[in-house]
Amino acid sequence: MPSFGFSVQPPQHIDLDKNYRAIFDFIKENEPSFQRCIYCGSCGATCSAGNFSQMSLRKVNLLISRGQISEVKNLIDNCLLCGKCQLVCPRNVNTRKVILLIHKALKMPLS
Amino acid sequence: MPRIAVIGGGIAGMEAAIRLSNLNFEVDIIEKSFSLGGNVNNWHVLFPDHSPARLLIDQLKNQLRDKVNILLGTEVVRTEYNNQQYILHLSDGTRLTFDAIVITTGFKVFPAQRKEEYGYSIYPNVITSAQLEELFQSEKPIHTADHRMANRIAFIHCVGSRDDKIGNRYCSKVCCVTAVKQAMEVAQRNPGSEIFLFYMDLRMYDRHFEDLYFQAQTQYGIRFVRGRLSEVSEKSDARLYLKLEDTLLGKPLRLTVDLLVLMVGMEPADNSPQLANLFSIPVGTDRFIQPENFHLYKNRTSRPGVFVAGCASGPKSIGETLADARSAAFEVYNFFNNN
Amino acid sequence: MNRGKQLIWQNYQKEIADDHFFYVRSCIRQNFFPGAEATFLRILKDVLQKDVYDDPDHTTCTGIGYHTDIVPLETTMTVVARQFALMTEKGYSHFIPSCVTSFGMYLEILESWHNHPEVLEQVRKYLKEATGRSFELPANIVHASDIIYKFRSEIAQKAKYRLINRYTGQPLRVVEHIGCHYAKMFPHKSVGGAEFPRVLAGIIEEWGGEVIDYPERRHCCGFGFRQYFIKANRGYTFSSVKKKLDSMQPYSPDLIVTNCPGCNVFLDKGQYVISEQEGIVYDENGYGIPVLSSEELAGLVLGFDPWDIGLQVHQVSVEPLLDKMGVEYEPEKKYLGKENIPLGRPLQPTVLKTI
Repeated sequence: MPSFGFSVQPPQHIDLDKNYRAIFDFIKENEPSFQRCIYCGSCGATCSAGNFSQMSLRKVNLLISRGQISEVKNLIDNCLLCGKCQLVCPRNVNTRKVILLIHKALKMPLS
Repeated sequence: MPRIAVIGGGIAGMEAAIRLSNLNFEVDIIEKSFSLGGNVNNWHVLFPDHSPARLLIDQLKNQLRDKVNILLGTEVVRTEYNNQQYILHLSDGTRLTFDAIVITTGFKVFPAQRKEEYGYSIYPNVITSAQLEELFQSEKPIHTADHRMANRIAFIHCVGSRDDKIGNRYCSKVCCVTAVKQAMEVAQRNPGSEIFLFYMDLRMYDRHFEDLYFQAQTQYGIRFVRGRLSEVSEKSDARLYLKLEDTLLGKPLRLTVDLLVLMVGMEPADNSPQLANLFSIPVGTDRFIQPENFHLYKNRTSRPGVFVAGCASGPKSIGETLADARSAAFEVYNFFNNN
Repeated sequence: MNRGKQLIWQNYQKEIADDHFFYVRSCIRQNFFPGAEATFLRILKDVLQKDVYDDPDHTTCTGIGYHTDIVPLETTMTVVARQFALMTEKGYSHFIPSCVTSFGMYLEILESWHNHPEVLEQVRKYLKEATGRSFELPANIVHASDIIYKFRSEIAQKAKYRLINRYTGQPLRVVEHIGCHYAKMFPHKSVGGAEFPRVLAGIIEEWGGEVIDYPERRHCCGFGFRQYFIKANRGYTFSSVKKKLDSMQPYSPDLIVTNCPGCNVFLDKGQYVISEQEGIVYDENGYGIPVLSSEELAGLVLGFDPWDIGLQVHQVSVEPLLDKMGVEYEPEKKYLGKENIPLGRPLQPTVLKTI
């Protein structure tokens, strides 16, 4: 193959037909309050780890719902489980349980 | 006894006519179609309590019975003002004299083919929220145009509203809660289906609306995605390929659905600007009739004796429309009893 | 369902001149597909008996320079003014650019001059000082494919071949690709608007083909000067080409028709790049999907020799299409020039099969 000096990029869009749903379904099943999230960002605004890193549970929940799992581990590893997000969530999502479930799901073999 | 013309026989016109008649006025309803009830005739069940629309119309019709002159299939083509009275010339040739006018011409739904990129009237599986309501009348599962069970349905908010390109900058107010209501109705009829709502903002402004939102998420697993639809295409199997922006993630989103529902907004009725012209009353830049002011005199217009009620002066829910109609009737009463 | 498209199409109609055309050529089309413009002129002069003037003094419109920020806008406007001056001097007022980017740029400049008459006066001054010429604005300016569209019935009547697959008797499955600058900037100056343009679809249907609608139909081919000019950016261009080709593949098209020269280049040569980099070829036999411009297709249906039209310089071999249509051609003359002088054969790609 000749050396072209450039390469064809795959599309960067989120494909909801082919996205990875296993973690989303796992959390929904084990913590139904996860479905109530409206991505308002109250959790991310108050996040202790958010002061020092890019962590925001809003962002993590959003990525999981769209199947964009690759960035989730780096973000969620910052979480200290301080529970401030649970105190402020206006939808009463059980955020600490969601975070523990995400950790568990990330260790599961890819289905 | 003063004689009042109520122009428009939808629920605003019917309620105003009932109240005026109870206040001992002589009332004529002038309705351009051949039935009363207006847009509500096309709805199935109403938010927030899922009460049947048919029941509301029947209750109003019962109260109207024998009290009011109903003129169907005709509209006002010319007006004259003489001696503090309005002379209306109707399209069927009649000429009637009235002491006051209540304009209740309501709204029409936005013609969705104007959003060319959404493929309405081009791809058969793109329908409007009004058409979906019609499908609800039978309690059967919702199918696509080619008779398959719809397993993946997307709703698009703000079609024809909040859109400067279309020329409608205003919000049509009730479409967000209608989308939530309709999404739940589809989920009930098509169990196991995946339903997405693509919104810019969610206007859950009234009592119980947030509860409906909560119920949609928790009971039916309906997915709410903040994002805008840019283009609809058809795949070789007649399913629709949607191109959207996922606003919160800031990335483009693509998905294939069986059915696409466009939440069409409200526009003033076709004859409303012409009617406003006939009575020399102003309309706003959004083409809805301008009331005297927005607080104390919402039903008065710049012309004494000409009143407006219901969606003719801007998008409203059914409850607000009926309250507005009652208020207009009372303003008519004040007009004759404070002079 | 086509009723919706009909309604939209009716909103976007425009005036297309009938005769006495002043033709300006395209940099890209001349260099990559030199037979195409000769074919267009031959169709207009010999087949349709129209008066079309191809001025030897005309130049590039400097669209490439304008879009890559190399040429200042005032210079571009003055060059465009010179083109109009040549048109005026030769007594024409119907302007036909061959290139879609040119077309878009001429429209943009005319619109700017319409809204800012002081700029128009300034440009008149520049042109006078630089060359001594004066100009009139064209009465009608349409793209070359609009002319083919206008005379599609006349061409159909004189056509030797139809867009029918002679093996199956079915219409050929044709993908139409419109250049972005044709309709997306000024939808009302196009035939059919920006969402469902009619200019190529009308031509294809008139000549018996079936137009394919596929999800990435309106996606840009990626030919943007800023993308492909610099090698490192070219990946963006070919990613767009791949996206389109991937999307049309399930429909098994027989042919792609374009009106923009740049789109023609990249949809054609892009199939080579993608075949080398990704190993994908877009038709079942490994030859790829032939890409023709509207004038090349017109020449083909009228029965011109494919090698006179210049189809031998296309990357994707057109022979499978010629065989499907039943076009008579001489395979041994493919790489012979005038007076049968051999032109030399191109190298064979490793993945894409060529004839």
